[in-house]
Amino acid sequence: MASENVMHANGHGAGAHADYLDSTKGLWSWLTTVDHKRIGLMYLWSVVFFMITGGLLALLIRLELLTPGPTIMDAELYNRAFTLHGAIMTFLVIIPGIPAALGNFILPLLLGAKDVAFPRLNLTSYYIYVVGALMALSTLILGGVDTGWTFYTPYSSTTGGGVSMMVLAAFVLGFSSIFTGVNFIATIHKMRAPGMGWFELPLFAWGMYATALIQILATPVLGITLLLLVMERVLSVGIFDPNLGGDPVLFQHFFWFYSHPAVYIMILPAMAIISEVIPVFSKKTIFGYKAIAFSSVAIALLGFLVWAHHMFTAGMSLFAGAIFSFITFFIAVPSAIKVFNWIATMWRGSISMKAPMIHAINFLLIFTIGGLTGLFLAALSTDVHLHDTYFVVAHFHYVMAGSNMIALLAGLHYWWPKMFGRMYNERMAAIAAALIFIGFNATFLPQFLMGSRGMPRRYYNYLEQFQELHVLSTIGSWILAFGLFMCLAVLLASLRGKKGVASNPWGGKTLEWEALSPPITHNFEDTPVLVHGPYDYRPQPVPVVVEREQGVTH
Amino acid sequence: MTWFRDFLLGTPAATHASDVDGLYIFITLLTIFFFFFNGALIFYAAKRWKRRSDDEVTPHITHDTRLELIWSLIPLAVVMLIFFWGFKGYVSAWVAPNDAMEIVVTGKKWLWEFEYPDGTRALNDLHVPVNKPVKLIMHAEDVIHSFYVPAFRLKRDVLPGRYTEMWFTATEPGVHQVYCTEYCGKGHSDMLARIYVDTPEEYEVFLREGDEQVRKMPLKDLGKLVYENKGCATCHSIDGTRGQGPTFKGIWGKMERGTDGKEHVVDENYIRESILVPNAVVVQGYEPIMPTFQGLLRERELLGMIEYIKSLQ
Ligand code: HEM
Ligand SMILES: [Cu+2]
Repeated sequence: MASENVMHANGHGAGAHADYLDSTKGLWSWLTTVDHKRIGLMYLWSVVFFMITGGLLALLIRLELLTPGPTIMDAELYNRAFTLHGAIMTFLVIIPGIPAALGNFILPLLLGAKDVAFPRLNLTSYYIYVVGALMALSTLILGGVDTGWTFYTPYSSTTGGGVSMMVLAAFVLGFSSIFTGVNFIATIHKMRAPGMGWFELPLFAWGMYATALIQILATPVLGITLLLLVMERVLSVGIFDPNLGGDPVLFQHFFWFYSHPAVYIMILPAMAIISEVIPVFSKKTIFGYKAIAFSSVAIALLGFLVWAHHMFTAGMSLFAGAIFSFITFFIAVPSAIKVFNWIATMWRGSISMKAPMIHAINFLLIFTIGGLTGLFLAALSTDVHLHDTYFVVAHFHYVMAGSNMIALLAGLHYWWPKMFGRMYNERMAAIAAALIFIGFNATFLPQFLMGSRGMPRRYYNYLEQFQELHVLSTIGSWILAFGLFMCLAVLLASLRGKKGVASNPWGGKTLEWEALSPPITHNFEDTPVLVHGPYDYRPQPVPVVVEREQGVTH
Repeated sequence: MTWFRDFLLGTPAATHASDVDGLYIFITLLTIFFFFFNGALIFYAAKRWKRRSDDEVTPHITHDTRLELIWSLIPLAVVMLIFFWGFKGYVSAWVAPNDAMEIVVTGKKWLWEFEYPDGTRALNDLHVPVNKPVKLIMHAEDVIHSFYVPAFRLKRDVLPGRYTEMWFTATEPGVHQVYCTEYCGKGHSDMLARIYVDTPEEYEVFLREGDEQVRKMPLKDLGKLVYENKGCATCHSIDGTRGQGPTFKGIWGKMERGTDGKEHVVDENYIRESILVPNAVVVQGYEPIMPTFQGLLRERELLGMIEYIKSLQ
């Protein structure tokens, strides 16, 4: 209902065709907006802000590691820096990144809807995010946090500083994530354009749906675990600390019961973007629609059954180890299937190497390495060697920083003209993409080698023998930072120009391209009706009603 | 292949490492292969089917069941192979042989303590014989630590309030690095130890004379270490209070009356005899309860004890 009111107020107030950016003016109109597009943008700028903060911390960490022993800071500061980096990047950047920023903006447009199902809940979730973020930052005043983003007990229940505050921040952020998930599920169920069945959903929506499932089912477990930890710290109730009669390994089980599924909160949205970008820039229908859609859901569900693969050295039974390893390998298969589907989509297409496509290809290459290196860690005997070394650091940066962030960039470059009605400098954007790719690999490829040779993670000091690789990695971090900075500059520079991009600059077939660029507040002049499938690139698209009669699905 | 293995992982130094290395190299080759395979397909496609005009028409291919089966089943078979291979290696590193020598490992912020079967202890340096199974029984005193020996391809978490085990048979004489791999605070990255894998001759020397730390330690400090580690402290105080046995404070040079009614002066020979044959002379007023330390102390440790007692005036 709220959206109806605003729609009328804004729509009529500033002329029928004013876009959502200009429909109302002033900071207050943004802070109180319930327009999913504006909320998406507020999320986007917040995420960018924290990505810069977390990125600067990463540069400091890498600089410290340039030499063994003290370089620019002491051990305590170093431990606080990598904890804050990890916590910011996971809870404030990657988890909300694609769903809350891009998803909020694009999902209703893709569905042909006016807004999400619960616009006010959407705004609430943004403010909860802001509160959680401020709480996380306030730990800086409370003496910092030095536990690592995993908060392992009993270290975390006994160390000083702002651990309780950081843990509560993650708890609060969990609610923001749950609200977004609830909203998306309801939106996908209820707000699809007339004529859009489940198998005419763009794959981005399938990805968001699978992500939302995990957000709703897993996040509460993290919430409870974190609350128990705070209870132990503040009230000395023995739960995880053996000195109080608790069990420290229990915490690890609880933590990973959330945090393993959470890694799929990070990758499914990335895959969702790639599934949109590749068909458009190949001008060809997606290969294996159902395989991609179902493998997202399969990954989301199987993801709940593998948490203890993070604990193979923590002392579990042989049988448990075998089961968790076995199921973990099963998840690798849908990931492989998706990669082959994307490549098959490009095959015999009409491929246009624009900036979004360059990022998408970078994603394919980086995710191939990220996924395959997961196999080393899923296998029991090799994981015993590699666990808690730089190999794990490299693996999860390939899938989180590499795949997730690069997919976010692919999506941002793809939907930028829709979001702002302006086109960025394509050449410069392509150069930035190449720099990011080179910098990323220079930073993290050496870390695999460091890890397999025995360099443990979370080490302030290290043996001489690892220095060359650390230097390489640090130099890589500068290239990466420069590439990202250039990318941001190119995008922002476009905002100085005049609006005036066509509504469908890339030739996409999904509904968001039928809206104006940028869209009006209520998205579409008239509710769009789905005529042909989301990836129908035939010269004469076949109406979905006809296809359904013929039993064709995409 | 060995240069490749040594480049990636370093030279292995324990029996079960070769199995881990085999699997590691297999997955490495697989990763390299698929990276270049996917990369080649992508670049071929991008070049071959580069868009030349905006109204190019592409074939409408929605799926291909046979192809999809192939690229689902082949990866499935490969990952199952990897699973069994990894499981096999894990099992072989699971149960220690019965004749394994047992060493107790204590991890605490930020050092490793080793206790040998004979009760001697050492900090951060562990001596083991080559080609003999050794079992570590580990626990932590404060937070979780993890005991990692890259050259053995082994790692095990060390938990407070619980024991975990790890065993190995070292095959390469030399010094191997040990790291703590569970984050434990400020000194985490300095919580290092070394395992000295000794040849039988070197190990003989170690058994007779102790490790370098012990050999280099001043006698008095060595005596203090023995006093604290070998159980003397449970009965003999060093501050004059009376325990199960006489205090060591001021005992040097004193005359003691034994239960045999004779006076004995506390000198080198008296102390030596009291340790090795405790019941030869028992001081009046005490029970003959002290066990013999024959065979439990090295010669230099006896000398150290004497020096230590001398110093307690
Ligand atoms: C083919 C798929 C994958 C497999 C088989 C796999 C397997 C594993 C395993 C077994 C571990 C535990 C390693 C250890 O701690 O010893 C691990 C760590 C991790 N993986 Fe993956 N992974 C895969 C993909 C992903 C993806 C897609 C993401 C996220 C986007 C991800 C994120 C992480 C993270 C964050 C950690 C470590 C967290 C930490 O210890 O701080 N992985 N992976
Ligand atoms: Cu996991």
